[in-house]
Amino acid sequence: MIKGLVTGVIDWVDARIPMSDTWNKHLAQYPTPINFNFWYFFGSLAMLVLVNQILTGIWLTMNYNPSAEGAFASIEYIMRDVEYGWLLRYMHSTGASFFFIVVYLHMFRGLIYGSYQKPRELIWVFGMLIFFVLMAEAFMGYLLPWGQMSFWGAQVIISLFGAIPIIGDDLTQWIRGDFVISGATLTRFFALHVVALPLVLVVLVFLHIVALHEVGSNNPEGIEIKKKKGTVPESELSPFKYHKQFSGKKDIVDAAPFFPYFVVKDVVGVAVFLFFFAAVIFYWPEGGGYFLEPPNFEPANGLKTPEHIAPVWYYTPFYAILRAIPDKLLGVIVFGSSVAILIFLPWIDRGKVRSIRYRSTLHKLNIVQFTICFIILGILGALPATPLYTIISQICSFGYFAFFVLLFIYSKNEKCKPVPERITK
Amino acid sequence: MSNAPVNTGRRMFLTATTAVVGAVGAVGVAVPFIKSWNPSAKAKAAGAPVEVDVSKIEPGQLIRIEWQGKPVWVVSRTEAALKDLAAHDDKLRDPNSQEPQQPDYAANPERSIRPDIFVAVGICTHLGCSPTYLPDSFGELVEGVKSGFFCPCHGSKFDMAGRVFQNVPAPLNLAIPPYHFKDENTVLVGVSEGDA
Repeated sequence: MIKGLVTGVIDWVDARIPMSDTWNKHLAQYPTPINFNFWYFFGSLAMLVLVNQILTGIWLTMNYNPSAEGAFASIEYIMRDVEYGWLLRYMHSTGASFFFIVVYLHMFRGLIYGSYQKPRELIWVFGMLIFFVLMAEAFMGYLLPWGQMSFWGAQVIISLFGAIPIIGDDLTQWIRGDFVISGATLTRFFALHVVALPLVLVVLVFLHIVALHEVGSNNPEGIEIKKKKGTVPESELSPFKYHKQFSGKKDIVDAAPFFPYFVVKDVVGVAVFLFFFAAVIFYWPEGGGYFLEPPNFEPANGLKTPEHIAPVWYYTPFYAILRAIPDKLLGVIVFGSSVAILIFLPWIDRGKVRSIRYRSTLHKLNIVQFTICFIILGILGALPATPLYTIISQICSFGYFAFFVLLFIYSKNEKCKPVPERITK
Repeated sequence: MSNAPVNTGRRMFLTATTAVVGAVGAVGVAVPFIKSWNPSAKAKAAGAPVEVDVSKIEPGQLIRIEWQGKPVWVVSRTEAALKDLAAHDDKLRDPNSQEPQQPDYAANPERSIRPDIFVAVGICTHLGCSPTYLPDSFGELVEGVKSGFFCPCHGSKFDMAGRVFQNVPAPLNLAIPPYHFKDENTVLVGVSEGDA
């Protein structure tokens, strides 16, 4: 009787909107490679953090006051007087840092397994757009507490636009809405941070996933799980039922449906992630001065510059590249290029073999030097610039760009190991 | 349904003109959204250039005005003070104004347009206190330099061109705001010549 009622309701809805079909196509009958490893947790974790940011963000706006006079005090109010306000704020601030940890690991996964290669270029492009928007979102969010580092960090970053010839000064003034960073800047950053950019972010995430589901996931072997229709013997086909969108056009091997198999796997990842996330929120919310910087516990003061202005840790690799260049305009151009070049990775890598497992030693070494340079830049970008550090930053900036140049050169005729036909063979 | 033959040329023309008119409309709609980001009338009033009559400043005297919420000094430097400027370059961090702390037209030894009139933002480049003007007793702090500016907060010292001395916490020379002479005796602080 109840079962009949449930099927009745489902049928009624399905006749009006493709509910079951969507569920099957994207979850219950969506073919996923069976050799996913540790690196494949970070996509779903990024989604989890996005939900965390949106939810805690909505609750924070309920008590936050976006004005130069009231912003700092309202954060103190949230921390001290609002019930569980401290927890909501720490979830949001820690969530920002964890978002970048997860996203950097997610990007690194794509890098080592060649997930950006044909036919997944658009997944990578949408992903990089998400990364850019995320950086803007975090930057604008960091101004909102209206602390000393909020103010001076924004001052430094906005003044970068001043390096652009001719229009520079007018452009910075247009961004600030005033001759200095003021309440006008704060309110527009608030509007962008809580309304405009989250909408853009959600749309981009949707497109990222639509593009992914069109071509299917890559995997650590970099081998397709969809073979030409009729080329695989019946006995070797994946034993599960897949949506006709996939099984109708291709023979599917070495796969399992996303639901329930990979949902269960991701739940384990979520549990481990939440363990670390909660540990930081409860015992180390300032992240040693890297998640919440000490000068930000002082209200913004345009007449008093902090001793040392450093961006939050997730910008420091790019900031170190900016500082490594002695000329201001050139520095801004190189800094912009260091972020923008990532989006072109699918066309810079001209190789046909995806996974690092089957690529040349040269490629492995190139990825290692790139990673080391990126981490060193990240460390140096948070420290005051000394002559020695500047030289090291210059060397590492060179290594950062050399990765792309070398990759473009050697990937055309790279000596790779033979790639197996199947993941399981 | 009419069976008249399709006039492709006319269709193309109509499509193109509709698209162009639509695009013009879209650009028009974008204007208020973009313009609303400019400084508001209130912000403009608060940041407007400030006029100073320098004919009434006695030689050696400093007057303070407010521009964009910041204290700006206008000093009438004496002949003696100007002569002093060249004598202590070796004690300064940035004697030749290499750091971009001034508009190009003030990147000279006097850091000013007219040597006798010195205009500077009166905020210490260390932590934003406002230094004190010592017209006669600066020699007690730096031997051989009769006048200068001393920051009471952390002891930073600047000469009569706002150049910072070595071995003090302030890293940079005092900032020189954009300004120009509207006529012989009127300084307009806040805009460079030709920008107004």
